[in-house]
Amino acid sequence: MSGTAPVLEVEGLTKSYGGVHAVRGVSFSVAQGEIVALIGPNGAGKTTCFNMLNGQIPPDAGRVRLLGEDTTDCPPRVVWRRGVGRTFQITATFSTMTVRENIQVALASHASRTFNLWRSMPDFARRDADALLGLVDMAGYADRPCGELAYGDLKRLELAVALANNPRLLLMDEPTAGMAPKERVALMRLVARIARERTIGVLFTEHDMDVVFEHAERVLVLNRGQLIAEGTPASVRRDPQVRAIYLGEGLLYEGGQHEGANG
Amino acid sequence: MSFYVVQFLTGLASAASLFLVASGLSIIFGVTRIVNFAHGAFYMLGAYMAFTLTERLSGTVGFWGGIVLAALAVAAVGAAVEMILLRRIYKSPELFQLLATFGLTLMVEDLVVILWGPDDLLGRRAPGFRGAIDVFGQNLPSYDLFLIVIGPVVLGALWLLFHRTRWGVLVRAATQDRDMVAALGVNQKWLFTSVFAAGVFLAALGGALQIPRDAVNHTMDLRIIVDVFVVVVIGGLGSITGAFAAAVLVSELNAFGILVFPKISIILVFLVMAAVLIVRPWGLFGKAETAPRRTPGSAVRPWRPLTFAERVAVALVFAAAASLPLFGGNYAISVATEIVIFALFAASLHFLMSAGGLASFGHAAYFGLGSYGVALLAKLAGAPMLVCLLAGPLLGLAGAVVFGFFAVRLSGVYFAMLTLAFAQIAWSVAFQWVEVTGGDNGLLGIWPARLVATPARFYWLSLAISAALVVALRVMVFSPFGYALRATRDSALRGEAIGIDGKRVQWIAFVIAGTIAAVAGALFAYLKGSVFPDSLGISLSVDGLVMVLLGGVETVSGAIVGAIVYKALNIWLVSQTELSKLVLGGLIIVLVVAFPRGIVGMAELVVDRLRRRAQLSASPPSAALAQDIESAK
Amino acid sequence: MQWSKISLVTAALAAALSAGTTSALAQAEIKIGEINSYSALPSFTEPYRKGWQLAVEEINAAGGIKGKKLIVISKDDGGKPADAVTAANELVASENVAMITGTFFSNIGLAVSDYAKQKQVFFLAGEPLTDAVTMAHGNKYTFRMRPSNYMQAAMLAEEAAKLPAKRWATVAPNYEYGQSAVAVFKALLSAKRPDVQWVSEQWPPQGKIDAGPVVQALAADKPEAILNVTFGPDLVKFVREGNTRGLFKDRAVVSFLTGEPEYLDPLKDETPDGWIVTGYPWYSISTPAHDAFLKAYQAKYSDYPRLGSVVGYELIKAAAAILAKADSTDTDKLIAAAEGIKLGSPFGEITFRPADHQSTLGAFVGKTAVKDGKGVMVDAVYRDGANYLPSEADVAKVRPKE
Repeated sequence: MSGTAPVLEVEGLTKSYGGVHAVRGVSFSVAQGEIVALIGPNGAGKTTCFNMLNGQIPPDAGRVRLLGEDTTDCPPRVVWRRGVGRTFQITATFSTMTVRENIQVALASHASRTFNLWRSMPDFARRDADALLGLVDMAGYADRPCGELAYGDLKRLELAVALANNPRLLLMDEPTAGMAPKERVALMRLVARIARERTIGVLFTEHDMDVVFEHAERVLVLNRGQLIAEGTPASVRRDPQVRAIYLGEGLLYEGGQHEGANG
Repeated sequence: MSFYVVQFLTGLASAASLFLVASGLSIIFGVTRIVNFAHGAFYMLGAYMAFTLTERLSGTVGFWGGIVLAALAVAAVGAAVEMILLRRIYKSPELFQLLATFGLTLMVEDLVVILWGPDDLLGRRAPGFRGAIDVFGQNLPSYDLFLIVIGPVVLGALWLLFHRTRWGVLVRAATQDRDMVAALGVNQKWLFTSVFAAGVFLAALGGALQIPRDAVNHTMDLRIIVDVFVVVVIGGLGSITGAFAAAVLVSELNAFGILVFPKISIILVFLVMAAVLIVRPWGLFGKAETAPRRTPGSAVRPWRPLTFAERVAVALVFAAAASLPLFGGNYAISVATEIVIFALFAASLHFLMSAGGLASFGHAAYFGLGSYGVALLAKLAGAPMLVCLLAGPLLGLAGAVVFGFFAVRLSGVYFAMLTLAFAQIAWSVAFQWVEVTGGDNGLLGIWPARLVATPARFYWLSLAISAALVVALRVMVFSPFGYALRATRDSALRGEAIGIDGKRVQWIAFVIAGTIAAVAGALFAYLKGSVFPDSLGISLSVDGLVMVLLGGVETVSGAIVGAIVYKALNIWLVSQTELSKLVLGGLIIVLVVAFPRGIVGMAELVVDRLRRRAQLSASPPSAALAQDIESAK
Repeated sequence: MQWSKISLVTAALAAALSAGTTSALAQAEIKIGEINSYSALPSFTEPYRKGWQLAVEEINAAGGIKGKKLIVISKDDGGKPADAVTAANELVASENVAMITGTFFSNIGLAVSDYAKQKQVFFLAGEPLTDAVTMAHGNKYTFRMRPSNYMQAAMLAEEAAKLPAKRWATVAPNYEYGQSAVAVFKALLSAKRPDVQWVSEQWPPQGKIDAGPVVQALAADKPEAILNVTFGPDLVKFVREGNTRGLFKDRAVVSFLTGEPEYLDPLKDETPDGWIVTGYPWYSISTPAHDAFLKAYQAKYSDYPRLGSVVGYELIKAAAAILAKADSTDTDKLIAAAEGIKLGSPFGEITFRPADHQSTLGAFVGKTAVKDGKGVMVDAVYRDGANYLPSEADVAKVRPKE
């Protein structure tokens, strides 16, 4: 772990639904520019955990600190202003706008122009928008209607949108879900490259162990709402508790783990 | 004490028919997700049918048989309506369904007059339930007792039906998750048809059971439908228990409310509904909609600002419109003024609906508040026209600020219902507060200042104001605010995640739309010289919706064309035929089913296709075909 | 792109409309405009239309107006004041009518009356009841045929004062008509009988009465007599609940308009017994003027007349008489001709009082009863409207000075 202050610190995060603990006492941190994976079997509480990090759902207990400031009860839009970009498991984009306009909306919001009623948006920060599109290799798509994009392109667009506020931290919930294997690798490599270039911390959840073990510098393992292991990919892979859980899930993981070990 | 007991029982009797109709509406909504505005029309048809049958069939068996037969006959009509009309629009936005069923209601209103005549009809009393029984020294009609029993009996029967039969289990499953039932291999079409018929049966039965105590007439539908909406929304759409509880609540509030505030009953239920929606947005027993539904205004083809050539064309059109007084007569000018004003009204609603994705069913409230703002300033304060025109719309603005704050917390059909409730509250106040608003008699003598008193000058004034505000709306659509609004409509989740406060953006859009509607209302007051409560009424709100739909809800400024065509057609129709409701209702249905894109939307589509075809003329025809299929989706 | 359509539509519309305006008045005919709520209120406006159509036929059969054929151009207002103003505008600006007649709803009557004042057009209102038409919002261009709210109240209050009842309750629809009917009746009865107490009032929403609770609440206050202003479907529900619950037993009921066939007929065999009402017992009037009207009406339509038929008939008869007397279509001459004009009617001779332009057409006051399963008025006596007009001093107090 690097010596600088962490971008994200989480302490004792807890959430329960109708008496069932979805997340229980989870604590961890993400350092600047660090790429961290949050893994766990289905229903382990990964998405709930994620949604608490950017304020989408309020935690029952615990604290979230971004760049040293407490954001526990802040709504997502405030968390975003503190420098957090977010992508969703199922992409959320503005389907009636062009690809460029999707970015422009985010740029305008970042520039606090949301309540400007007269400026022409199609001319707003075009160059910045196109630069961001270039960053995710979508320069040629700028004028395409967003509603026509293939799913993989939507994922990349979402990434570009999430980068519009020069974030210090990216929260990516299953960034490669629903994509073809080749695309997954390409997308995660892109994320890793951008994160390193811009010193952006990345926290992502993922099912695909190839992706996890190729890119994560650190892995957090969540099971039944609790953090059961944390460490480098190699150490986590060796952890007997982790192995037990994933064995319990069936043999599928064995294959995945095997492949991951090869990769 | 005995008085209160009997008052309570009387309230329960009133609740019975409300419950029957409301439960039918709720069942239909639960499965088909259609808010059936025509439910009141089926209730009315049930009463008319029952009247005819009970007059023909004699004796006790004849009476009760007539009631049941009437309900069955209307249920068959309902099934036919479902198969012919509703099947085509299940996937449309809820606004389209509300409008289509509203169109149906309009048609039925004229049809019953044609079939049964315009007079009120007095149905037979129920055999065996003619008199009253003594309850603690008070007379309670025995028919009331019968109704008090029938409510829980129907509730119980529905429970058994839904829990003890395969059909019922399927209906419940479909209420929970429609796709799941499709996956089970059940013939979904027939399930929907049977559910719709069952819901209509309940409505018709509710109507048929009214004939011993009501007068069968052609305005029964609107009387009941608004109450039923209130009941269903309070109880929670899709919940039968909720419908029962809310029917009892509303009826008892009414029964006891009139003892304390005899004049408040018309507002009371709306106040309760607004309160419930604000505290529990999905009603007392309702559940949140799981997946948000497609809102109108989500065409794949993104909007773009006008090109230079198009701007020149618009300027020429404006010049042409401005030259109308040079060759048109006074009547033509005044009709054109009315059209211009309604174009502004429609444009404001269109802004809210297309860019905001918020289909308001009570937009007339702000139009009317603008009218009343002007009228009150002119009459009470004696303010000159300029002051009135500037300050009058502030009343609309204030209304939009208050109502909008609550309304934008909801979405979809709940938003529509809450805006409807607010508009009804505003209407009721104007209708009943005679001391200030003049009530039904309105406020008179609001004529334009001498400077703009001629029809031509007032037309120019209206045209200038309307054009300026329409341009302003267009600028807003393409401003960062307009994009933030569209962003919230497309994906509130994503909008929030990039720092957009969606509720606030929608609230401001609501206020903008309301204020511009109020300006239209202010001009309208000067055009007509008087202001009446119907400028806040449901029918004006629906007019606005039809104008937007006619123009094309997925366009940027289609409402203007919609307003021109609709208003011109309407003025012509009213002046030519007395069956304008039949024609108008039919027009709405055709529009929703066959031309959901509206006039401008269709035109854009055609232009788009031609353009693509021209582009693709070099490539093989199959590619062009594929493109067509793509764009037609 | 959207705008280019606008030009086409407006241009087409303008062309279509301006074509209509050019056709000038043909010399051989006189056109008058007529507006009513035909689609919104067919049960009332149908008999009314039959009435005026009969009048037009009779007038033209008798040689028209000084040799000119009378033409009535009729428009529907859909029950909306704003549409009525549009229709009025079309009649005046496009059809060049000599005067406007008609209207049923009070608010529409007022809207058209205000329009008439602004555009300086002669307006002869048919059926609107509100006193505002001739009093608070009266103007020199507007005349009214039907006995007003005040006159109906005065006729009923006269009968009510004769009753022993001291404790009175009221039930009226909660809007301007109901509120002003109750207010005028209360004032008139209290003036005649200072000992009367007003113990209860119910204000059901117009068209949406929840009759059971209303009847129950009225009974709870134990009034000795009740004033009813509800009408239409509300009245039917109120009567049915009241009958079953015994509200009307041993209680006097005084009721506005209930004796008019439009309101009485739907009640059939459930018509309450002995209510004191204003109305129109066409079956028991035996004056030559009414006999002639009744015979002509039944011959033409094989239906019996309602009150609306009489109003419609007399409306056009009056319009023709005014046009004939003025011998001009000039508005000021029409007004001068109409003030104080004397003309016959199925109910007897009437005139328009110059002070407020209210006609002296009266109404029948009698009691309700059931005969052969139908509601009828018995012991009906014609009350000449001239005796029940508000005093000219009262009118002057509220009527705007010209």
